[in-house]
Amino acid sequence: MAEKIFTRNFDRPGSQSLAVYRETGGYTALPKALQMEPAAITEEVKKSNLRGLGGAAFPTGMKWSFIPKGSTAPKYLVINADEGEPGTFKDRYLLERDPHALIEGMIIASRAIDSHLGFVYIRGEYVKPWQIFSEAVKEAYDAGLLGRNIEGSGFDFDIVVHRGAGAYICGEETGLLSSLEGKKGWPKIKPPFPAVKGAFGHPTIVNNVETIAAVPHIINRGAEWFAGLGTKTQGGTRLYSVSGHVVKPGVVEAPVSVTLRSLIYDHCGGIRAGHRLKAVVPGGSSAPILTADEIDVTMDADGLKAAGSMIGSAGVIVMDETVSIPEALMVVARFYAHESCGQCTPCRESTGWIYKMTHRIVEGKGRKEDLDTILDVSKRGAGTTICAFYDGAVGPYVSYIEKFRAEFEALIPHEA
Amino acid sequence: MPKLIIDGKEVEVAAGTNLIEAARQAGVEVPHYCYHPGLSIAGQCRLCMVDIEKNPRPQIGCNTQAADGMVVHTQTERVLETRKSIMEFHLVNHPLDCPVCDQAGECWLQIYYMRHGLYDPRMTDEKVHKPKAVPLGPHVMLDAERCILCSRCVRFCDEVTGTGELGIFNRGDHSEIGLFPGKTLENKYSGNVTDICPVGALTDRDFRFQVRVWYLDTARSICNGCARGCNIEVHTNRRRVHHNHGRRIARIKPRHNPDVNQWWICDEGRYGFRWIDDDTRLLAPTRRPEGRDVALGWDEAIAALAQALKRYRPEEIGILASPQMSNEDLFALQRVVAQLGVAGVDHRVPPRVPGDEDDLLIRADKHPNRRGAELIGLGQGDARAILDGARQRRIKLLWIFQHDLLDSGFPPADVTAALAGAEMVVFQGPSANATSAGAHLVLPSAAYVEREGTFTNFQGRVQRFRTVAEPLGEAMADWSILGRLGRALGGTDPAFSAGRAEQVFAGLAGQVPAFSGMSYRGLRDAGQVVKA
Repeated sequence: MAEKIFTRNFDRPGSQSLAVYRETGGYTALPKALQMEPAAITEEVKKSNLRGLGGAAFPTGMKWSFIPKGSTAPKYLVINADEGEPGTFKDRYLLERDPHALIEGMIIASRAIDSHLGFVYIRGEYVKPWQIFSEAVKEAYDAGLLGRNIEGSGFDFDIVVHRGAGAYICGEETGLLSSLEGKKGWPKIKPPFPAVKGAFGHPTIVNNVETIAAVPHIINRGAEWFAGLGTKTQGGTRLYSVSGHVVKPGVVEAPVSVTLRSLIYDHCGGIRAGHRLKAVVPGGSSAPILTADEIDVTMDADGLKAAGSMIGSAGVIVMDETVSIPEALMVVARFYAHESCGQCTPCRESTGWIYKMTHRIVEGKGRKEDLDTILDVSKRGAGTTICAFYDGAVGPYVSYIEKFRAEFEALIPHEA
Repeated sequence: MPKLIIDGKEVEVAAGTNLIEAARQAGVEVPHYCYHPGLSIAGQCRLCMVDIEKNPRPQIGCNTQAADGMVVHTQTERVLETRKSIMEFHLVNHPLDCPVCDQAGECWLQIYYMRHGLYDPRMTDEKVHKPKAVPLGPHVMLDAERCILCSRCVRFCDEVTGTGELGIFNRGDHSEIGLFPGKTLENKYSGNVTDICPVGALTDRDFRFQVRVWYLDTARSICNGCARGCNIEVHTNRRRVHHNHGRRIARIKPRHNPDVNQWWICDEGRYGFRWIDDDTRLLAPTRRPEGRDVALGWDEAIAALAQALKRYRPEEIGILASPQMSNEDLFALQRVVAQLGVAGVDHRVPPRVPGDEDDLLIRADKHPNRRGAELIGLGQGDARAILDGARQRRIKLLWIFQHDLLDSGFPPADVTAALAGAEMVVFQGPSANATSAGAHLVLPSAAYVEREGTFTNFQGRVQRFRTVAEPLGEAMADWSILGRLGRALGGTDPAFSAGRAEQVFAGLAGQVPAFSGMSYRGLRDAGQVVKA
């Protein structure tokens, strides 16, 4: 088994406490980072090939370098803990079982981008993670790890924990910022990008929980070590949330070069007894579906891109032959129709329309033109909206139908 | 100044200009719903897509700034297909109730469907239902099903009036415009949301169901409601006289003038036109011997007034001009005053209650031409002294234009005594009021929409208004009445023999230095500022 980074403490009792975190080397990257030049931290993260683990897989160090040089405006670090992508539950484990890794990573990242205030936007339904993380923040303040003059370095950093109210779109980085600002959680038009004009109009970096939790390890053990764990274009291990019809579902840590087959069969014990694999959604509900024949792909950003899907949030949803793909699409379509923020016309209008068509098909009232209409509407709307939500919905709309068309057609009555 | 090429046409625009405006300058129309030049960029209707060379996919024009060397195409197959798709999305849940919708005929869903849509509808499922005929305030009605959620109205209330009554509630295709709890859309500019609403979602409660818009005629005009002089369009219903309760004026809409009112007008101006078709209008010259009304012909009436004016010495005559009168009227009056040698002339009658004012458009002075009256020199007297003179019977002829002195800042008892003290009270104006009721001679003026003219606003901007409708009854423009009078008094000023307002204005430009060099042709739509 490969090295454990994120999960190294998950099974230790009290792993959420400062004491246990310290026992296992916690907060040893911090003094190092506080001695480093901010640009050197960013450079180290760039070299590590750390890519965003929330969904878009954007190179983290490069994102940090987009903060305008020499800007005297306040800068903010915002942590996206609004883990809402269906099939994803790894940030919850980090918040509950390794909250100090996030706090230490935030302090280091804030030094890199010259921020003195960080926000952690936690999904509203995550009550327990919020309680545990808030407790960890309090502990860190009490220990002088947050607030003024951290560890005598002269560097100040504060953390504000903010709870969302349950909208999926508030996990989209600019929707999150609107919500954080007290507005309706509508994504913002770009440009300007958050690094230039983000939260409250100031330069802002939004990073995922897991991404930032990786940072102390990179500072401690070096960019080369981290890069060496992964592929040429993406470093490290990552957490895969595996759910569905596997023997051992749960959060699995593996190098990003792991194959989907290995994840299912080596890490999760394979498909439940007496059943066989039918399809896998490899990166949360927005990732295009893969058939049982398509699982020999590496589970990094580029590997899945090459396979016509995406790594997204690495939420792996495994389906055996008992799953009706049309019903699965209807459920997914209902989700996107319910969660579309309603701002951009193509997304607002077609998510509801497509859900109605999938619902009709599942009810046996489909028409022969429905499938082509769904495909056409999906393709016409893709890429026309402010945020990636609709493109995320198009992933399942198109892939479920294109890969399992016969199953849909079987539900559509033949004309009399 | 970035130079760019749009559909093969090179255009140079100011830095920061977006591609919709840059295209407009190049004579190219980029269709859009949510973009409005007076509001912030929302970027949510997604209709204004254009192709920019070196860009992998079409971009929204509203949020893309023109850059030097940019090459923009608005007619590529990809853009045309995208527009068609976006139009289909806009209409997926739209009720398509054009036959009963007031917006029909001036609806941007209809216009753009015909220009950019023309697809065969594919949506056969039940549409989303939302509230209909919801009054948002005294002037605005909402049909949420027709709404395309462009958010212009929300941004107007947030950014222009700062009152924030409206929001978009719920999500996805259940999103709808609505009022925040406890709010009513009753700010002083609420009617503007019906103008900027590109569809039939927000309609004007005053205009709803009165006339189909294709029966309306339009003329450019200037609001007479205050010293701002907002540029307006007056829409008249002359082709379906049985509609709109027989009224000629159907509605008023703002007309863009960046230096005066931008795109907006206040509700008081918008809905303040009822008097024009009310039965309080004066229709014929009238004499009132012993309290009885006797209609006169104009010849008789002019002769009667000329005779009276000659009967008294100049110091026995008091004239209260009105800043509701146009520059032409006031100039013609000034010529008559000069001919008679009368010094007791003023236009300043204080209002009963001080006018309201704000920092957007509304001015406390509720008259459109105060500056004109000042510049033309009709304020050398003092209105109070004139009334005092009448009360003390030193002033024998009181000639009042438009003012209802009994509904003014002057004490009613003083006014009553003044009206009783004058041997002859002449009232000239478009509408009857308590003051005209006691006059001995009443001359009906055409309302400002019934003739041409100019007003000078508080900034000194001289702006033209056009003839919208014929004068009611025998009413005539004041300058015309005054011209006939001037001739009857033996005057030879060219203003007295003018056949058109433009000629009177030419006289004004020749005589009053502030107006020198101006002409109707030169004023154009935006008007011109008087010389300091």
